[in-house]
Amino acid sequence: MVNELQEAAQNTITQWAWLIPLFPLAGVLINGFFGKKLSKTTVGLLACFTVLCSFLLSIACVAQLAGMPVDARRVIVDVFPWIAAGTTKIMFGIMLDPLSSVMILVVSGVGFIIHVYSLGYIENDPGYKRFFTYLNLFTFSMLVLVLANSLALLFVGWELVGLCSYLLIGFWYHKDSAADAGKKAFIVNRVGDFGFLLGMLAIFWIFGSLNFKDIFHTLEINAAVTPWFMGAGTMPVKTALSAATPILGLPLVTIITLALFLGATGKSAQIPLYVWLPDAMEGPTPVSALIHAATMVTAGVYMVARLSMLFALSSTTMMVVAIVGAATAIFAATIGLVQNDIKRVLAYSTVSQLGYMFLACGVGAFSVGVFHLMTHAFFKALLFLCYGAVIHSCEHAFHDAGSHADPQDMRNMGGLWKYMKITWFTFLIGSMAIAGVPGLSGFFSKDEILWKAFNAPFSLTIGGFPLGSILWAVGALAAVMTAFYMFRLIFMTFHGKERLPQNAHPHESPPAMTIALIVLAFAATVGGYVGVPHVIKDMGINVGNESFYKWLEPVFEPAQTIIAEGGALEAIDFSNGGEEVGVQNTLAAGITGLNFAKHGQEGIITPEAGNVAVAHRESENEAAATHSEKQSAHENVALEKKLMNISIVLALLGIFVAFIMYNRNPQIHHDIREGLGVIHTVLLNKYYVDEIYYYTIVLPGRVFSEFFLWKFFDVCIIDGIVNGVALLVRGVSAVVRRIQTGVVMNYALVIVIGILAILAYYIF
Amino acid sequence: MDQVQFPILSFIVFSPLVGAALCLLCKKGETARMTALLTSIVNLAFCLLIPLKFDPLSAAFQFQEKKEWIASLGISYHLGIDGISYLLVLLTSIITLVCVLSSWNYIQKKLKEYYMFMLLLEVGMLGVFLSMDLFLFYIFWEAMLIPMYFLIGIWGGERRVYAAVKFFIYTMVGSVLMLVAILALFFIHKEVAGFASFDIMDVMKIVLPAKVQIWMFAAFALAFAIKVPMFPFHTWLPDAHVEAPTAGSVILAGVLLKMGTYGFLRFTMPLFPYAARYFSPLICTLAVIGIIYGALVAMVQVDVKKLVAYSSVSHLGFVMLGLFALNMQGIEGGMIQMINHGFSTGALFLIVGMLYERRHTRLISEFGGLAKVMPVLFTFFLITTLSSIGLPGLNGFVGEFLILVGSWQNNIYLTMLAATGVILAAIYMLWMFQRMMFGEVKNPKNKNLKDLSLREIIVLLPMMLFIFWIGIYSQPFMRPMDATVENFIKNFNVKYKATVELPEGSTGLILDESDLELSEE
Repeated sequence: MVNELQEAAQNTITQWAWLIPLFPLAGVLINGFFGKKLSKTTVGLLACFTVLCSFLLSIACVAQLAGMPVDARRVIVDVFPWIAAGTTKIMFGIMLDPLSSVMILVVSGVGFIIHVYSLGYIENDPGYKRFFTYLNLFTFSMLVLVLANSLALLFVGWELVGLCSYLLIGFWYHKDSAADAGKKAFIVNRVGDFGFLLGMLAIFWIFGSLNFKDIFHTLEINAAVTPWFMGAGTMPVKTALSAATPILGLPLVTIITLALFLGATGKSAQIPLYVWLPDAMEGPTPVSALIHAATMVTAGVYMVARLSMLFALSSTTMMVVAIVGAATAIFAATIGLVQNDIKRVLAYSTVSQLGYMFLACGVGAFSVGVFHLMTHAFFKALLFLCYGAVIHSCEHAFHDAGSHADPQDMRNMGGLWKYMKITWFTFLIGSMAIAGVPGLSGFFSKDEILWKAFNAPFSLTIGGFPLGSILWAVGALAAVMTAFYMFRLIFMTFHGKERLPQNAHPHESPPAMTIALIVLAFAATVGGYVGVPHVIKDMGINVGNESFYKWLEPVFEPAQTIIAEGGALEAIDFSNGGEEVGVQNTLAAGITGLNFAKHGQEGIITPEAGNVAVAHRESENEAAATHSEKQSAHENVALEKKLMNISIVLALLGIFVAFIMYNRNPQIHHDIREGLGVIHTVLLNKYYVDEIYYYTIVLPGRVFSEFFLWKFFDVCIIDGIVNGVALLVRGVSAVVRRIQTGVVMNYALVIVIGILAILAYYIF
Repeated sequence: MDQVQFPILSFIVFSPLVGAALCLLCKKGETARMTALLTSIVNLAFCLLIPLKFDPLSAAFQFQEKKEWIASLGISYHLGIDGISYLLVLLTSIITLVCVLSSWNYIQKKLKEYYMFMLLLEVGMLGVFLSMDLFLFYIFWEAMLIPMYFLIGIWGGERRVYAAVKFFIYTMVGSVLMLVAILALFFIHKEVAGFASFDIMDVMKIVLPAKVQIWMFAAFALAFAIKVPMFPFHTWLPDAHVEAPTAGSVILAGVLLKMGTYGFLRFTMPLFPYAARYFSPLICTLAVIGIIYGALVAMVQVDVKKLVAYSSVSHLGFVMLGLFALNMQGIEGGMIQMINHGFSTGALFLIVGMLYERRHTRLISEFGGLAKVMPVLFTFFLITTLSSIGLPGLNGFVGEFLILVGSWQNNIYLTMLAATGVILAAIYMLWMFQRMMFGEVKNPKNKNLKDLSLREIIVLLPMMLFIFWIGIYSQPFMRPMDATVENFIKNFNVKYKATVELPEGSTGLILDESDLELSEE
């Protein structure tokens, strides 16, 4: 198979892109099977080397991809068949396009840096070899996820990264809290996977395939499909997708995308399934950086972006995505304000930032969402690794000083900047980036998200305000909080009074770790310049040339077109028409006719009517859109500048408040805390969401299963009946047994009577 | 009909019988043990000849052997193998070999008898899968019960007698009804066709009136549903599993439960297609209840063997859901899931058995922190657990996914409910896994447990091989099914249509060979 492809593609590098995930897999196999015999250094270096290979090959592939014509930037390589039954054929294969190329670079690049960092971080842990094997397995799985050519293979990667997350959160499995957290992560994710699975099944039965290429192509040309419902009728795909479902009468596409989005909320820790991520901080810090900040948790965003064409068809889903994103952004930020465990603050911050990414996707700005995904990968990995260095250092220092103080609790720190200057400086860069200080990567991406949110294409208004402006306000408020809690971290750990235990002397980390920090700090600084917003160009500063957005344009163009033209599908009721028409094949045509009638033209009932109807509607909307666009284009630039200034002021405000409260006059924050009273307690306890889930779902489920299903229904009812019947039989046979007297004469008598009876029957 | 010179299927079925006889002749138990091992290796070798010669593109029975037995009643000794039985035969042979090896040290008393029963059981199981004559099938079906009864009753745990009797009676109740139905079918066939035959090649051609189909389906289905076991006929399973010795549990889960699903696929569905469609909503509903119920009850078990037993109820619910989706994806998914369950649950029981040998307890709470003490066992246990949860890349997912794909087309709402099994499986398996493997080693008895021996690793390796193989590259396993299942569905539809078109008051109809062949085009 490979040979054929090679011939066809003239031996280009991209044809070998399927090797990218296989390098780390080789690392897993070698270290997994022979790790015991290899030295520690070999295991660690091998693990790093395999990821480096992936990274280099990724660069080569992306470079070649960039050299291709814009329209041709999609390389698909089918490697071998995985599942085949009847018409269901699923191949293992990869798809390299601008979106997946961004992802592989981030995953293998940041992954490599974190592998190197781990060499130093995990050096003295007895589970050293196990750690690198899992870490390689993760890199493999994540690369499979982002390179997958079908939704099914994406799901494979999706589940495998979940497994790695499970194993790595529970890396120190002897701690009950770690084992609990791992299990929680897996199970909560499974709830999301349930949605993913259903969405996937529905897609399969509409499109007849799970291949991205097939799905996109079918959507693009609105090809005729044979969906599972209503017998075997054939209809254009968009008609099928707009079938009204019994669930609130929503169109099918809305239900499918919402189901998929449930999957995304699991993996990417959004409301209501975010609860696992803060607990996931039980894992070693490099794991938190790689899996639970930079890469795996963004898989949900990636999935939504990957299927942007489908999501764009449902304005309801898009609105839900945007609202959930914004709500999560602010919800998690409020919790982050008061936590004392460093990693918890960073965890809630990740949840919050992921919310921004979904907000971007929800308002149709997929490329901005992916841009924030990338910049976030840089600065959040950096922040985690810095704090890894702090925790690592404090752990040793506290241990040496004979103290049992918690090395993750900021209340035991302060003034650390003197001891670890590189860590302090790089952390400062990371914090400024996430806080949205102008000039750093986070500023460009976050500001663009807020701007897009403000211009959200939703018609909904709440209390007179368009939804978009509310989303903007929520996002902006969360941004202030972000700036505040990040600088609260800085002031509490690196500055102010030293609250370290006596005789504790933290020190800077080994070079493997500090080099990683510096590289990431560099990326977090300049990483944003590939996507400088248009408005800044208008101000006369022209850097980066928006290359990031241009790069992703071919991927998101179809979705953008759908949104711009207001092409989201409305629900069509199929059920009534079906009975009237009777014949299934003409059914679809009849319905599209109905749809058509709404637009004032009647009489054409052909299978193509749906296409015409859609095209008709699209052209209508297009005309309206271009008109209003021109009119407001000028005002927009002014408004965008204004909003940008507001967000800069807000970021600085957050930093300033943190400075006052935690550095200048620490007494203030004690006063404020007391002033807040209950609110502070609620925030500190994370709104008691874990407790609510426990008492409403976990505990009742367990009690119901144990006492009702098992001990009552299974043991009493079913077995009761079975044993009851057995007793009854025994009772009856005890009576009947007496007939079996054992006296031969009696039997003979019975036989004779029997024969006489039969004879009598036949004679008379 | 391709008659083969060498009666390979007879060799497969009866080589363990020879081994069993030899076991009895041995003076020492250890010799019997070795005999059993060699016999099962020879048996596997015979079985492995099948993939070499099996034509995956043919829907027909292959390697057929036919000898008249009781000519007046149309009973013949007729064996054959097709895409439905192909994998199950291989599974049986592999599982038996694994079981003989796994019992090596565990069984200390009455070795001779133990291994004899084990091999007799294998004869019964292979006979059931390979019989092409209803009468022969029934004999093997019943014969299989006896060695299992003794395996549980003699080498089982404390409540072994209760469990063995419960197992026996539960199954007998179903079997008796099935016997009645088989006889009724025989007489109707004789009347309609004009000659006596128990041969399924003949019997398959009959189209019965809808009402008759419904009654007969019910009788067959009860027998098979108990065996599967489907909710609410499952309560014999936890007792039998808990009390059976390890190998007994492995065979029970690995092969015996498949007898039920196999029976549905081989007899109940093709013989009574009208009734199959009529009962499909009921059976699918029971299957989904089984999936959720089994999982929830498994979650709260304190005895790990019981947990695995209830998880089987859940998994077999998936299989039934797939089979009764009555389409390619569902049936093939159900079939591959039978094999998957054999390997995954088989491996789980083996692992639990290995722990039991060391600690003589099955209570989850007695363990904890074993990951540190037994890293090799930990790895095997982890893989098996993940396979059972249905992690993509391992075998369980392939089956579950195809079943859901198939079932979706049949009934969306039931499929959605069934898909919650994905969440529940993760809950009960991971919770159990955590309590046994993670945390500190709190129980001093667990501090110095020995990790797996080489023999134990060898026992588990084949299971792991298939867990990965089916998960990553399922083609070699799925391909032999394709032709058979495709043909199955076509014939099913032809017979269904014929049933509907049957004139009122007709006692039945014999389809021409050409009617069924026509459908193969």
